[in-house]
Amino acid sequence: MKVGLFIPCYINQLYPKVGIATLELLEKLGVEVYYPTGQTCCGQPLGNSGYEEDAKGACQIFVENFKEYDYIVGPSGSCIHHIKEHFDILEQTEAVKNVRKNSYELCEFIVNILGKTNLGASFPYKVGLHKSCHGLRGLKLGSCSERMDDYYSTEEELLKEVKGIELMSLTRKDECCGFGGTFSVFEEAISVKMGKDRIQDHLDNGVEVITGADHSCLMHLDGLINRNNQPLRVMHIAEILNSCI
Amino acid sequence: MMSHSKLAEIFNKDEAKVNWHDKALWYVREKRDTAAHHVKGWEYLRDLASGIKANVLSNLDNYLVEFEKNAQSNGIEVHWASNAEEHNKIVYKILTQNNATKVVKSKSMLTEECHLNPYLESKGIEVIDTDLGERIVQLAKEPPSHIVLPAIHKTKEEIDVLFQEHLGTKPSNGDPQYLTNEARKHLRDKFLNADVALTGVNFAIAETGGFVVCTNEGNADMGVHLSKVHIACMGIEKIIPREEHLGVFLRLLARSATGQPITTYSSHFNKPAPGNAIHIVIVDNGRTEQLSREDFRSSLSCIRCGACMNTCPIYRRSGGFSYNATIPGPIGSILSPGMDMKKHSSLPFASTLCGSCSNVCPVKINIHEQLYKWRQIITKEQKQPLIKKTILKITGMVLGRPKLYAVLGISVRWMLKYAPRFMVYSKLNAWGKSREFPKVENGNFDQWYKNRKNNG
Repeated sequence: MKVGLFIPCYINQLYPKVGIATLELLEKLGVEVYYPTGQTCCGQPLGNSGYEEDAKGACQIFVENFKEYDYIVGPSGSCIHHIKEHFDILEQTEAVKNVRKNSYELCEFIVNILGKTNLGASFPYKVGLHKSCHGLRGLKLGSCSERMDDYYSTEEELLKEVKGIELMSLTRKDECCGFGGTFSVFEEAISVKMGKDRIQDHLDNGVEVITGADHSCLMHLDGLINRNNQPLRVMHIAEILNSCI
Repeated sequence: MMSHSKLAEIFNKDEAKVNWHDKALWYVREKRDTAAHHVKGWEYLRDLASGIKANVLSNLDNYLVEFEKNAQSNGIEVHWASNAEEHNKIVYKILTQNNATKVVKSKSMLTEECHLNPYLESKGIEVIDTDLGERIVQLAKEPPSHIVLPAIHKTKEEIDVLFQEHLGTKPSNGDPQYLTNEARKHLRDKFLNADVALTGVNFAIAETGGFVVCTNEGNADMGVHLSKVHIACMGIEKIIPREEHLGVFLRLLARSATGQPITTYSSHFNKPAPGNAIHIVIVDNGRTEQLSREDFRSSLSCIRCGACMNTCPIYRRSGGFSYNATIPGPIGSILSPGMDMKKHSSLPFASTLCGSCSNVCPVKINIHEQLYKWRQIITKEQKQPLIKKTILKITGMVLGRPKLYAVLGISVRWMLKYAPRFMVYSKLNAWGKSREFPKVENGNFDQWYKNRKNNG
């Protein structure tokens, strides 16, 4: 099994430690991981802003970088969702179809492809899970509060096995944090208000660390937490799953 | 015209009110969840409803003709209006033919869309909205801010003051019981003296030529039973093929809208009582055009339950008026650009594309996907802010060139790390108004990976 590691642009530049944790975690699980150099971005910021035509170059580079791999794994549900849903703007060659089909968000790859949930991690903190929308409602990493399906959560399956962790329950289980890519700047007031409300929910429920499978949401929440000096921190789920504390 | 983001920013100046508005609507969303949980096969019911509506939209011409024929044979008069102006003229003509000057109206978003009230008032007709929420916003000279809960933006204290001014009530500190009783007395008088009753239509049944109007207050029945003439206004998309399909839609509608198992009144109108008349006005007003847009066709399946508004984290925190459209919220944001793209060009961007709207929609309209699609069209067809356009075009160019991207990545990281705070957190930086940037670490992932490889 040849796995290509996809590190989204903002993680590469701003959160290298999330990329490192992802790589180390996959290697720990015995996966043969390759990191194609020359990666840029999946093009989502452009698509969501209404400029998907301008993202074609980025999408092509993505396909070129990853077309040889059996699986493409990345620590961001939103980017993976974009590849699967919105690479329809490219000509649907075999390479494009394969890349779309074989792209996996990290947690779903570990649980559904590798078939593992206990990764030997320990993390003795009170943790709140932020279920990012594109992972949850787009990739179906879990059941959604709006739908009447049986309950499941891919991230919780992994977190439950972490030694010492206390998973805190939230009042609003899966409400959006308000990041939304360029929404965060073009609809600044609402974006900030949504983020503040999400954080308050975690605080009200005794959370010490907010985690999730999408660091862009966490970046937005972290920006608010740091500005307002709140007693919380954010960590990508890969960092927790790679922890031995 | 102000954009959604600007109006939302203004609404957010009063955070306590935003919290109150958010909680009021979230309460309705949770009631909906509980009600849906009590229906076995809820998701199957949604599939069924979605399928029936898809069939309707594919065969709309036939169903409309079938409906007209059956309605006429029941003694109902059918009128066709291609736009709002024609609709209003037809209604006015019926009123003049019946020497009517006083009209009572139950809730109808279509007549809001056609701006019927101001049109009739300009002709000297008194139009009284009889749904309590509608009456409240009518007295306040405001449009509804929500399609099911028209006065949800008003607190009971505000309504107290409004009623003191218009209905001569005593100050009651916002006592809902007292205020409702006073409204009832006021409306009772209007019902008794009305010449014509106007209603909307929730479902028009092709098979029978009858139609169903859902209300919680019984105001549609009250108006209709006390008047000699009933005018019902409907958009062409309100058709359902058979009476048995009501079993699907009535179960979904009230649960999705307010979490009730069924609306208090589901009134069936099939033929006029002896000596009375029923008129149906069937309105297009841009719907055929929307039907022709393949990506947006299913938006016409909407049964106006308002669930997408109650669940939308943006609607709850920006208020209905921030959309500046007859139908606000997620569904309005995919319908309105089809009516007037220039006016409503900011609406498809008033979303994080979280997808909650599509998940609650009882007829499974892929609302968030249509928002994404409108964005692609609007940036091409409508003038965009120069800064936004330039930044995104350049971003696209950079992301298509890995070497340039690598250099720029390093520059941005350098700037975030070393540039003075007043420069990074300037007025131009919307991110930094209320948020910190991430603390930049030494090196990016590319550099770390290269070092690791070099060190074996």
